[in-house]
Amino acid sequence: MTLMQSFSELMHQRKQRETVKRSLPVETEVTKLDIRNLNFFYGDKQALFDVSMTVAERSVTAFIGPSGCGKSTFLRTLNRMNDIIEGTNHNGQVLLEGQDIYARDVDVVALRKRVGMVFQKSTPFPKSIFENVAYGPRVAGQNNYKALVEIVEQSLKRAALWDEAKDRMNDSALALSGGQQQRLCIARALATNPDILLMDEPASALDPASTARIEDLIFELKQNYTIVIVTHNMQQAARISDRTAFFFQGYLIEVDATQRLFTTPTKKQTEDYITGRFG
Amino acid sequence: MSATGKLHEPALAKRHRIGQLFQWLCCGSTWFGIVVLVLLLASVTWKATTWPTADADAVDRAAAMKTNATSGEAVTSARPLSTRFLTSYDSRVPQKAGIRAALWGSLWLLVFVGLTTVPIGVGAAVYLEEYSNEGRWKRIIQVNLSNLAGVPSIVYGILGLTVFVRMFGLFGHDGKVLDLNLGFTVLAVPLPFERSVISGALTLSLLVLPTVIVAAQEALRAVPSSIRTASYALGATQWQTIRHQVLPSAMPGIMTGVILSLSRAMGETAPLIMIGALTYLARCPGRIDSLSAAWEHPAGLLEAPFDVFTSLPIQIFNWVSRAQPEYDHLAAAGIIVLLVVLMCMNTAAILIRNRFQRRTQW
Repeated sequence: MTLMQSFSELMHQRKQRETVKRSLPVETEVTKLDIRNLNFFYGDKQALFDVSMTVAERSVTAFIGPSGCGKSTFLRTLNRMNDIIEGTNHNGQVLLEGQDIYARDVDVVALRKRVGMVFQKSTPFPKSIFENVAYGPRVAGQNNYKALVEIVEQSLKRAALWDEAKDRMNDSALALSGGQQQRLCIARALATNPDILLMDEPASALDPASTARIEDLIFELKQNYTIVIVTHNMQQAARISDRTAFFFQGYLIEVDATQRLFTTPTKKQTEDYITGRFG
Repeated sequence: MSATGKLHEPALAKRHRIGQLFQWLCCGSTWFGIVVLVLLLASVTWKATTWPTADADAVDRAAAMKTNATSGEAVTSARPLSTRFLTSYDSRVPQKAGIRAALWGSLWLLVFVGLTTVPIGVGAAVYLEEYSNEGRWKRIIQVNLSNLAGVPSIVYGILGLTVFVRMFGLFGHDGKVLDLNLGFTVLAVPLPFERSVISGALTLSLLVLPTVIVAAQEALRAVPSSIRTASYALGATQWQTIRHQVLPSAMPGIMTGVILSLSRAMGETAPLIMIGALTYLARCPGRIDSLSAAWEHPAGLLEAPFDVFTSLPIQIFNWVSRAQPEYDHLAAAGIIVLLVVLMCMNTAAILIRNRFQRRTQW
């Protein structure tokens, strides 16, 4: 079976799932994020070159590309996580609902509350499950215990972890399995009630069963959230995303509807990558 | 019998012999320390539990003591280390001398050294690890901290004498008294601090601060950066991240460093001698010699920091430098008490470390 054939197989599976899970009509697209001519530097080294693209509301956008192509860096510019790293620099604009997130009057703390993030390695705090999920609302000033209980339950339900976690809310989060920990991190990100969820290879450290659960979850979540996901795994991008962006050596080579990008890529490099000729 | 086997045999035997020899050397090094330590402990314990054998002088002294005893002054004990030893003050009569003042003095020092080093040490470590940027300034501070940790303690004694005991002579020859009105009582704060508990505690704090800072820095550095990143990603500010994630995770390491540093401060003698704590003293700081005394006379708790004091190692040093052989045995008893105190503190450090290690694993 060639790669292209396996891909059409995947698309077929996905179509089936979509007809089962989503009966919503295709809405008109609303632009959530608009990135214009973004350049990004680590010190003297330029990591992103003139990247421009848009991300539609309530959709899943996947970033693919070989290691070191800048896809994770680009993802982190969307909630300014790169600010933590010393000596980084950028120019260009990232507009969230028309407002530049790098503008002077934007508070990065407020921004990150709206743009949640889940990392490759699950990073539960060494606290109880409850405290992990309640952390975001707590630091934002929510101290009402009843409200917190409500938020924690909602978030765990949305992250499909409620049934497994409801009887062990006070257990250490570190006692959960790898897949559960990752879903806990998703629940934790959802607890701050963000519009956008950034995911940096959220399933790459998980076994196939846990990966499938996370993918199902992403599918569920896109009804309420705008999701941007970085993935190493092209099949995963094909399975879950509406649009896919291919990055190579800091350049955004091509961005298109997932189906089109994988079946009829317009650029040679994209075709080479998705057919497995490099990367 | 192959020829090749024979060719290799001699060299092999030699290599094995060298290996064996090295193993014995290492084993010997280990036991050297342990044997010396056990001998020391044994001799100290033996001294602490017996009075010196009677010679002509001692008989005289014993007689003198008996006359004292019959006059009903104080109870004497059969061996230097006893409960009476813990509850009596220093005395000219060895059989009646004890370490009550030194124990309370050490306790006060412990409290004030802890109160000053923990906030300052942890604060400095948090600044250096979490806030300050990498650069020349940070490198200079870092190198200086490491150097300060190696400065001989007597040097800190001189520093303490100038800064805290005399305050550069700013307050004239006789000093001044600052009356602090606290509402319920007026606290007389002598300026400069003279040879008070607070002078001693501040001097010892300076001495152990570099160690506390370095230990706290190590503990902060051991907190994985993914925890910080995750906290930022949830919309926490830098202070919230430090307060809720970094400090709790680093706490066992910080506590271990602090307790070990405190126990070092407890055993320090030289800087305290330097600031003039080596005197005969038959009272506790603030006249608080028991918990009930603190209850009945709470103002003493406020006066204690500005009162004169002695501490365990100072008392031991004091006894060792006296001529009568009985004081040697009293010093041994004092050493046992000091060792027990330090051992308790170190055990606490180990327990804290183990307890938290089990709870947080990444």
